[in-house]
Amino acid sequence: MKKLSARRRHPLAAVVVLLLALAATGVLYTALAPTGKAQADETAQSLAIDEGKKLYAVGCASCHGTGGQGTSDGPSLVGVGAAAVDFQVGTGRMPAATSQGAQVPRKKVIYSQAEIDQLAAYIASLGAGPNIPTKEQYGTEGADIAEGGELFRTNCAQCHNFTGKGGALTRGKYAPTLEDVDPKHIYEAMQTGPQNMPSFPDTTLSEQNKKDIIAYLEAVNSSDTESPGGLELGGLGPVSEGLFGWIFGLGGLIAVAVWVAARTAKAKKS
Amino acid sequence: MSTTTTSESRSRGKAPAGERVADWADGRLGIYSLAKANMRKIFPDHWSFMLGEICLYSFIIIILTGVYLTLFFHPSMNEVEYHGSYVPLQGQLMSEAFASTLDISFDVRGGLLIRQIHHWAAIIFLAGMFVHMMRVFFTGAFRKPREINWLFGFLLFVLGMFTGFTGYSLPDDLLSGTGVRFTQGAILSVPIVGTYISFFLFGGEFPGTDFVARFYSIHILLLPGIMLGLVVGHLILVFYHKHTQFAGPGKSNKNVVGMPLLPVYMAKAGGFFFLVFGLIAALAGIASVNPIWVLGPYRPDQVSTGAQPDWYMGFAEGLVRAMPGWEIDFWGHTLVLGVFVPLVLFGLFLGVIALYPFIESWITGDKREHHILDRPRNAPTRTAFGVAWVTGYMIMLIGGGNDIIATHFHLSINAVTWFVRIGFFAGPILAFIITKRICLGLQRRDRDKVLHGRETGTIKRLPHGEFIEVHEPLSQEALHTLTAHEQYKPAEIGPTVDENGVERKVKGSEKLRAKLSDAYFGEDAQIPKPTVEDYKEITSGHGHH
Repeated sequence: MKKLSARRRHPLAAVVVLLLALAATGVLYTALAPTGKAQADETAQSLAIDEGKKLYAVGCASCHGTGGQGTSDGPSLVGVGAAAVDFQVGTGRMPAATSQGAQVPRKKVIYSQAEIDQLAAYIASLGAGPNIPTKEQYGTEGADIAEGGELFRTNCAQCHNFTGKGGALTRGKYAPTLEDVDPKHIYEAMQTGPQNMPSFPDTTLSEQNKKDIIAYLEAVNSSDTESPGGLELGGLGPVSEGLFGWIFGLGGLIAVAVWVAARTAKAKKS
Repeated sequence: MSTTTTSESRSRGKAPAGERVADWADGRLGIYSLAKANMRKIFPDHWSFMLGEICLYSFIIIILTGVYLTLFFHPSMNEVEYHGSYVPLQGQLMSEAFASTLDISFDVRGGLLIRQIHHWAAIIFLAGMFVHMMRVFFTGAFRKPREINWLFGFLLFVLGMFTGFTGYSLPDDLLSGTGVRFTQGAILSVPIVGTYISFFLFGGEFPGTDFVARFYSIHILLLPGIMLGLVVGHLILVFYHKHTQFAGPGKSNKNVVGMPLLPVYMAKAGGFFFLVFGLIAALAGIASVNPIWVLGPYRPDQVSTGAQPDWYMGFAEGLVRAMPGWEIDFWGHTLVLGVFVPLVLFGLFLGVIALYPFIESWITGDKREHHILDRPRNAPTRTAFGVAWVTGYMIMLIGGGNDIIATHFHLSINAVTWFVRIGFFAGPILAFIITKRICLGLQRRDRDKVLHGRETGTIKRLPHGEFIEVHEPLSQEALHTLTAHEQYKPAEIGPTVDENGVERKVKGSEKLRAKLSDAYFGEDAQIPKPTVEDYKEITSGHGHH
């Protein structure tokens, strides 16, 4: 201890302490900081914002205003967060057509994921909002499918149908089908509440709840879902079942009846 | 009937075993006379006469598969935790009814197939009854002496609806639970007695813990029992009245032209049973129906969009969806017109078709028996009325599925609902007018065919350059078939002054009847069928041709 205290007035002491402090901060930072942020260094982040701003000025500003403040044609984007941008642009809903119908539909995605990230970075810089979820958040590891089913039926089924096949809302609006929607986008939709959908922030549906719901949808409404009973007829319930029963059931039986009636026994061969 | 006795065997003293068994049975059951009277019973051949068979066979299939299902179903609302083989519901709390239906679907051998056969057969049974009823309606087969049998058939349809409803409600899944809630709402909307009926039916507040067990008794015992009785009665009456037939040469009101029950119809009907069973089983093997595992267990706090009943209740669903949510409040009581009006309309709309035979016989005043069927075109007003009724029914089916139609045809649900609201009134009227015109057009065509023959499509050029189409005269048989129907004259009120000059009072009902009769059989309502004189005049060569 003596040695250390004796050298504390050494001309290089301040430099050594500074170096040690910096090293410690660096070690702590790499240990504690979220990986996403650790990789995104400051300059890259500001570069992304700049690039995003340029993309925004070309593709979005005409409706959402030059600074994202919103106009009569589009809402303000201040505070919507990166998750909203990733959802809206990543599902092709944005940019919207100039004359959309009752609701902006899901369509072909026209920006690359890199561009979407840049746009998201720019919008996120306008005001704090939900971030794009990480793989750990929307991945289905450790999810409870049955719990997700119960949550889905309680919170989502009244608009999206039992297994997320979609449903009608008023005046041409609709809750879209959730079949094979990217889990990330489902997570973001719950987080941000796009269009007519209410938002379910973590205070309403916890991260685990969202994970469970995503796992449930993957189990019952994806291209890998098995339908034990045969053709699922759209998963729409009795309307499609009734149509199928009338057309192929009764229709088939009437065809058989016509066939049977046409083949009658002949008392005498003529 | 394995009795083939020859005089040889009788002379030996001891009859063969088959004959002895038959004799033993005949001595106790009297089967000889029964068989003798009915074995050679004649039935006419037409595919539309087999629609009733489709219903009968699907009913039998429903009973057979239903018995299998009762072996594994637990009609109980006790709460259990699910630990069967369907993963997405593991550990969920549900009623025993729902859990046992999941077990039937996933853990009972053949359970899912039998469940699906049962459900598809029910959908087809009701659809078959609907089409069968329409066949009987449009051909006038409900006329004397078959009015009672028409009512039996109608009752079978209505009871079938409620048997279906109580049946699909048994699994206690989220969809059917919503349907039960809907029904309870309809019951509650009945003024004064609604709440009492609801508490009585559910044993207290909805949903309670009783309704599955109660619906179970109703579904497997009460309603099918009544239906079975009605089916037997229906068939006995068909035998007793003999089957109707279409007009044609050699067919009269007093005979039946066709094939005997044994062996022809036994073979045909037996074969047809297996065809029906086979097709329904194939359907159940191909397509899923009521997949309760994706619907989840019923909880009153949950609901899904696209919640519709099976098709035969879709009419009621449509009425409620189309009706504006009006209500009247007085002295602290609410009359929920939005639900009560549809409930009343539901009964009225179905009731009209049930009572139609009596209305028509009152208008025609015809007390004779009718065994020859009408071609729909030859009864334009009846046909138009029937099509109007079906149109109203179908529009309400559209109303019942308004959300599915909106999403799949990219329409606004409000627009679909308004279409249904207007369509329910305008549709039947339009359908009535259009159908009547089509019928009259077809009657004119028939008249033309009788008088001028069939258009052959052969064009002939006459020496002076004129082109004519060669018409081929119809055969005698075809002429008979086209002119066999009878045309009524409109009923008249009759003299209102008797021979002494005393004026008699004309009753309102009499005036109404004369008016309706004129609408049915007046000048605008039917084309006079060609008479023998018309035919002779044209074909003698004096006519212009």
